[in-house]
Amino acid sequence: MNDTRTLSAEPAGKAPAPASSRSVRGLGGARHLGLVAALVLLAIVGLVTQPDNFATSSNLVSVLALAATIGVITVGMTFVIIGGGIDLSVGAIMALASVWATTVATQSYGPVVMALCAILVGAGAGALNGFLISYGRMVPFIATLAMMVAAGGLAQRMSDRRTQLVRPENDAIMALSTTKVLGLPLLVYIFAAVVAAGWVLLNRTTFGRRTFAVGGNPEAARLAGIDVRRHTMLLYTLSGVCCGIAAILIMARTTTGSSTHGNLYELDAIAAVIIGGTLLTGGRGTIIGSILGLLIFTVITNLFILNGLNTSDQLIAKGLIIVAAVLLQRRSLRSSS
Amino acid sequence: MQDMRDPLLVMRGIVKQFPGVRALDGVDLEVRAGEVHCLLGQNGAGKSTLIKTLAGAHQPDEGTITFAGQEVRLTGPIAAIKLGISTIYQELDLVDGLSVADNIFLGHEKAAFGFTRTGDTNRAAAELLGRLGHGEIAPTTEVGTLPPAGKQVVSMARALSHDTRLIVMDEPSAALAHDEVDNLFRIVRELTAAGVAVVYISHRLEEIREIGDRITVLKDGRTVAVGLPARETPTREIISLMTGRDMENVFPERPAPGSHDGRPEVLRVEGLTVPGVVTDVSFSVREGEIVGLAGLVGSGRSEILEAVYGARGCSGRIELNGAPVRGISSAVRLGIGLAPEERKAQALLMDQSVAGNITLSGLGLYSRLGWLDRKRELADAKAQIDELDLRPADPSRPIRTLSGGNQQKAVLARWLVNRRKLLLLDEPTRGVDVGARADLYAVIRRLADEGIGVLLVSSELPEVLGLADRVLVIREGRAVHQSDARDLDEHRVLDMIMEGSAL
Repeated sequence: MNDTRTLSAEPAGKAPAPASSRSVRGLGGARHLGLVAALVLLAIVGLVTQPDNFATSSNLVSVLALAATIGVITVGMTFVIIGGGIDLSVGAIMALASVWATTVATQSYGPVVMALCAILVGAGAGALNGFLISYGRMVPFIATLAMMVAAGGLAQRMSDRRTQLVRPENDAIMALSTTKVLGLPLLVYIFAAVVAAGWVLLNRTTFGRRTFAVGGNPEAARLAGIDVRRHTMLLYTLSGVCCGIAAILIMARTTTGSSTHGNLYELDAIAAVIIGGTLLTGGRGTIIGSILGLLIFTVITNLFILNGLNTSDQLIAKGLIIVAAVLLQRRSLRSSS
Repeated sequence: MQDMRDPLLVMRGIVKQFPGVRALDGVDLEVRAGEVHCLLGQNGAGKSTLIKTLAGAHQPDEGTITFAGQEVRLTGPIAAIKLGISTIYQELDLVDGLSVADNIFLGHEKAAFGFTRTGDTNRAAAELLGRLGHGEIAPTTEVGTLPPAGKQVVSMARALSHDTRLIVMDEPSAALAHDEVDNLFRIVRELTAAGVAVVYISHRLEEIREIGDRITVLKDGRTVAVGLPARETPTREIISLMTGRDMENVFPERPAPGSHDGRPEVLRVEGLTVPGVVTDVSFSVREGEIVGLAGLVGSGRSEILEAVYGARGCSGRIELNGAPVRGISSAVRLGIGLAPEERKAQALLMDQSVAGNITLSGLGLYSRLGWLDRKRELADAKAQIDELDLRPADPSRPIRTLSGGNQQKAVLARWLVNRRKLLLLDEPTRGVDVGARADLYAVIRRLADEGIGVLLVSSELPEVLGLADRVLVIREGRAVHQSDARDLDEHRVLDMIMEGSAL
C-alpha cells in the first residue's frame, strides 16, 4: 500500500495499457460484426434454399420496401430508448397519421398537404406523449400505452373503420413507391435519408450527446445543467415525427390510409433496437445496430414467405433471435468491463 | 460481574480490501452477552463495513470471527441470521407495500405447503410488537403508512422474530424524535436484560453515555481502543481517539489570513432556509476563497450546497455576483458548477468516454446550430486532462476504467472548460485514496488562486480545516460558528458539532 504513495499515484495494476481501450472499442464494432455475420448467414440460407427467387432484384427491393416503413419508426425508437424511455404507441400513431392524411378534406389540398398532415399528426401525438411523461411525470410505458389505445381508437373513428384510398389526383404519394431510381423505389431513399439524418443527429450534435446523458444518468444530466424534461419531450416528439414519415411510406406502398396499419409495429421496432445492442435501460446504443437488427427481422420474414413456411414458425424464430441476441450482448458487455 | 462472562462475539484482525481502498485494516471487536457495546468512529472509519461483515453481507479477506465460543464463517446474510445475529440498518430495509406482519416474517414466512398462514403470522407479529411495547401497531397495517419510529419498531420486531442473540443497530436514533428515543432505550434495556448483546452505533455522544456499557473506537479501518467504559471515559479522550491522526503535510499552502478581505464577493447567501433541514443561514464566498462547511451527515450542509445550486426549494437570498440564482439552469448560466456527493450516481456517465464527461455541460461552446465541432471538443478536453494531470491522459478512454481520484478530476474539469466563478464541492475526496487526495487538494487550491470561489463540504474535518480559508460550522441546520480555518482545531469543531456547546 504505502510504496505507491507518491502524489499522483495510480493504484498499482489499475492502469491498463492503451491497447485495452482499443479492444473495448473493438468489441463494440464486433457487436455490429456479429449482426452483419447473422445477416450474411441468412442470405446464404436464402441462396441455398431459394436459388432462383432470393437474390432477384425484385425480391431484394421488396425486402427493402418492407423494411423502410418500420425502419423509419425504428430510428425514432432508438432515440427514445437511448434516452431512457419506451414508445408503445408508434404503430397506432402511424395508423392515425395515415387515416388523417387520407380523409376527404385533407386529400382535397393535394399530396404535399397530405404529407405535412401525416408528419404534423405524428409530431402532435408524440409531443403529447412527451408532455405526459416529462411534465405529467407519467411512466413512459403507461403514457404511451394509453396513447396507443387512444390513437388507435381515434383512427377507427375518423375512418369509420373503413380503408381510405389515396385518390388518383394525389398519385404523387404513390409515386414514392412506383418511381425507381437506380432500380430502387424512392421510399427506400427516404428510409436511407432518415437513417443518415438520425445517425448525424445522434453522433454529431449536442442533441444526440444529451440523449445519451439523459438516458444514461438523468440525475447527472440535470446537475450538469441539461433541461432533462424538455429533452425528454423532444425525444418523443421526434419519435412521433418518424411515425408521420412512416405513414407517408405506408400510404405510398398500400395506396391507403387505415386504422389497421401498423399493427404490432411497436414490438418489431423495439425488438430491432434491442437486437441492435441498445440498452433498454438507456444511455447506450447505435442507429446502425438498430437498422441491422431490423434487416435481420425482415429477411427472416422474407425467407419464410419464399419457402412457403408457416407464419407461426416465423414468430417462434423471431422470439428465439431476440433471446439469443440479448444473451450474446450480455456476454460481450461483461468481457468489455 | 459482567466482566467474568466469556465474550459472545470476538472478531480478530479483520481485514477487508475494496478496489483502491483498505476499508478494514485489522479490526478487533469483543462483545459480551447482555451488554450494549458502542461502536464509534468518524465517517469512513470502517463502521459500516464492519457491521456488514458481521451481517454476512461482506466476507473479510483476513481475520477470524468467533461466536459463542466457536469459530464461524459468515458466508452470507442467511448464515448470520441462523447463528442469531440480526442487523437493523440505518436505511430501514422494509418493503413499503407489504403489511407489518409480512415484513416481520419476510424470508421465513409462516406457511404450510407454500401457502402463507395469515392468522398465525398476524398473531405472532402482534405478540412481538407487544413485547416491544408497541401493541398499538396493527400487524395488518401497510408499512409504508407508518412514521419512521413505527418502521424502526417493525425492523426491531423482525430482528427479534429470529432467535436473536446479537443485534446490530446502525444509528437507530437518527430518524427518531426525543420521546421515541426513550422508548428505543427501554427496548434496548429489556433486550440486554434478557441476555441479548447489542452493538450500537451512534454519532450522539450523550446517547452513548446513557445507554452504552463499553466503547470500541475505530479510525481509518483500525481499532484504536477496545472496551472503554462508556460512562466514565472523558469526551476529550474519545474525540482524540477518533481523530488523533498525525497530520501529514498533504494540504497546499494557504494565502495569509485576511488576504481575501478586499476582494469582491462571488456568492452571497442571506437567510437561507430549506424547510425542515436548514434554518436562516447567511454567508458569503469571495473571489479566490475556499469556504468550508463542517458538520455531521444530516446536519444540512449538503442541502445548503444544493440550494445554492438551485437544485432544492428554499427561501432566502442567493446571489452570484449580485444576480439572483433561480434553478439549476440559471445557476449554470451564471457560472456555478457542482461536483456532487455521489460521483457515480449524480455526476458521471459511466458508459461515456472521459472527453464526453468533461464537455457535458459545456456542449454549447462547441456547437453551432446544434452541430458539434468534435475536434475543438476533444482539444479542450485534452487541455483539461493535461492541466489537471488526469491519468491516463487519453480522452477517448471509457471513464469507468479510471480510478476514483481521476474520475473526480474529470468532474472538476467539466466545470473548467466553461470558466466557472463558483465551484461547489460535495465530498470531493470520497472514495479517493490518500496519495491521490493531496493531488486533488493542490488542484482545488490552484483553481482558487486563479480567482474561482470554492464552497467545500466534507465529512472529514481535517480536510475542511486543512484546505479551507474560512469555516462555517453547521449543526442541525444552523450555522453555529464562523471563523478563519487557522483559528480552529478538530477538538473545538467536534465539540461544537457533537455536543452543541459553541464555546
